[in-house]
Amino acid sequence: MTSDRQTIDSITSQEYKYGFVTDIEQETIPPGLSEAVVRLISSKKEEPDFMLQWRLKAYRRFVQLQADNKEPHWAKAEYEPIDYQAISYYSAPKDTPELSSLDEVDPKLLETYTKLGISLLEQKRLTGVAVDAVFDSVSVATTFKDALAEVGVIFCPFSEAVQKHPELVEKYLGSVVPYTDNFFATLNSAVFSDGSFVYIPKGVRCPMELSTYFRMNAAKTGQFERTLIIADQGSYVSYLEGCTAPMRDENQLHAAVVELIALDDAEIKYSTVQNWYPGDKNGVGGIYNFVTKRGACRGVNSKISWTQVETGSAITWKYPSCILQGDNSIGEFYSVALTNNYQQADTGTKMIHLGKNTRSTIISKGISAGHGQNTYRGQVKIMPGATGARNYSQCDSLLVGDQCGAHTFPDIDVRNSSARMEHEATTTRIGEDQIFYCRQRGLSTEEAVSMIVNGFCRDIFRKLPMEFAVEAQKLLELSLEGSVG
Amino acid sequence: MNIRELNNNHSLNQDKNIRMLEIKDLHVSVEGQEILKGINLSVGAGELHALMGPNGSGKSTLAQVLAGRDIYQVTAGEVLFEGRDLLALTPEVRARKGLFLSFQYPVVISGVNNIYLLQAALNARRKERGEEALDAVDFLALVRNRLQAVQMDESFLYRPVNEGFSGGEKKRNEILQMLILEPILAILDETDSGLDIDALKIVAEGINNFRTPQRSFLVITHYQRLLGYVEPDWVHVISEGRIVKTGGPELAHELEERGYGWLQGGQPDVTIKAAIGP
Repeated sequence: MTSDRQTIDSITSQEYKYGFVTDIEQETIPPGLSEAVVRLISSKKEEPDFMLQWRLKAYRRFVQLQADNKEPHWAKAEYEPIDYQAISYYSAPKDTPELSSLDEVDPKLLETYTKLGISLLEQKRLTGVAVDAVFDSVSVATTFKDALAEVGVIFCPFSEAVQKHPELVEKYLGSVVPYTDNFFATLNSAVFSDGSFVYIPKGVRCPMELSTYFRMNAAKTGQFERTLIIADQGSYVSYLEGCTAPMRDENQLHAAVVELIALDDAEIKYSTVQNWYPGDKNGVGGIYNFVTKRGACRGVNSKISWTQVETGSAITWKYPSCILQGDNSIGEFYSVALTNNYQQADTGTKMIHLGKNTRSTIISKGISAGHGQNTYRGQVKIMPGATGARNYSQCDSLLVGDQCGAHTFPDIDVRNSSARMEHEATTTRIGEDQIFYCRQRGLSTEEAVSMIVNGFCRDIFRKLPMEFAVEAQKLLELSLEGSVG
Repeated sequence: MNIRELNNNHSLNQDKNIRMLEIKDLHVSVEGQEILKGINLSVGAGELHALMGPNGSGKSTLAQVLAGRDIYQVTAGEVLFEGRDLLALTPEVRARKGLFLSFQYPVVISGVNNIYLLQAALNARRKERGEEALDAVDFLALVRNRLQAVQMDESFLYRPVNEGFSGGEKKRNEILQMLILEPILAILDETDSGLDIDALKIVAEGINNFRTPQRSFLVITHYQRLLGYVEPDWVHVISEGRIVKTGGPELAHELEERGYGWLQGGQPDVTIKAAIGP
């Protein structure tokens, strides 16, 4: 027991590998949130008036929400109040005029991404993944733009989309997550600085995986990116996002919004490997990951699939959801969330069935280790018009050690009697007897835990694009180091 | 590694003076209560010893202590495994060096396929022996061969470890692992309990075919049943934490007829040392 505990502790206390800071000249506006700041962000982005007006509406609403004390605290997470005036809302590497090629990107930035294992260099086409990299508040490079343009796919920084494709942005921005949606989405709508924009034209199957890498570098800043993906009729896209941040003693806020729109017969597969800095082993520092992600299956036979592997962040508050409007549309949510040390995760999904014969699948795997607290919170709603709707939910929790917690809050709301619902839930603990059994077969405690955890997550990893599945598995092993009891 | 250990490594099984397993005056407690009260036992290479006794006599405790379960405290005595201090080794190192325990209650590991555990275990053992990991083709060939020995279906490999297995399937699975890992000392803890007659024969045959002049067995059993198919060299009776009687195969039959009652509360049998001498 003691020796197991020690090994677990040493594994769990492994250093965060992405915790370095890039020494780069940055332009960061002073902390504080005001109408002037919102206008400044908009003007730095040279945005059209509709964007500014939208931001201002969001800002005014945010001020009102704050005055009414509407910051949500229903999540099962505890943290000190956030001082929204102490955050800087815009930070960017200095001198980023229009870049015509990657050669003009600051070498230090490229070095940062190399350290993170992301190649931005187009020569490395072999990987076959187009990458958009967002460094603090701005997008610094998007690869494969030309190759994608040939088939009519638009994949660019959000700020560029606002200028080059304002009609698409105006039509779809806020159509799934309105600026009034919730406290953090409202804040994001006012101050978001960049993110990724994707448009897949009718009938096009996007020829490669699209990927965005988010990196928070500057101290005392927040990151508020916004992603908008539109899959037009009969199109398909697979999109992956990854996130890392330096180790810092103070908490940093990340409040992103992701909106997905799938039209008739379109499919969007959205995968996340979230590895924001989780704080140290005593729970000091780390990212507050308060994110709103929602997809609308607007067309008939459309499909949206969320897959997430969440290992980072001090606190995760995130519910990637699907609104199943189109008849026969499909929503899926596959999640692995790991909390170790003092991490807290409150995550899950909402499946709102509106159309006929809509189907949804939820598979959630929560792993709690150390003093981690892991909560699944999900809602399945069958509206009166959703005749023939089906849902299958499975929530499994795995406890590693005896200091952690797992919690499940499923909410099922059925208003059409033809619906078929299934809900399964299990809670298991990696027992000392399991570890001893594996050790008696020659495996070390770490190997045993990692084998059991990987087995537990296998169904989810299978949903990830291959290279990311390997990455996710490694990440999980790393995040678990020092966690068995 | 000191010179003595090096010598040990080179002279394993050739040196008749080094016993496979030597337990000397072993005292073991759990939560302050003494379970084993001075066990003495010596197992030579190639020997099969049966350890019999009533419930609660300490049979399984001994098996668990030998495998390295740390909920038990060794309060006195020593255990040598091929001349090395066994108690100083972690459970996984004991396993890699060839000590295998067939569990009385094999553990369920959901989500982990049988074949995956087998492969990880075999590679850990091979690494210890300085051998390379088997590639997938060779590994599968080996596993298929061993599956036949225990008459198990290949579908077993792709089921989670022990999940949904019947009692007999679990025990056969333990024997399958033993056949693949090729230990030098196999401790079988009540491997015969819960087996129907067909499964018992399969398990017994697996053990018999696996016996070599180098490989030793410690077979722990409550009944004499298994010993009808597997011939022991020595039979020991354990009662209240002590070995109270040692004899040849005929002792098992005697116990079957007379029960344990006549031996209980007895003193350690003075014939043990003589009986197990070289």
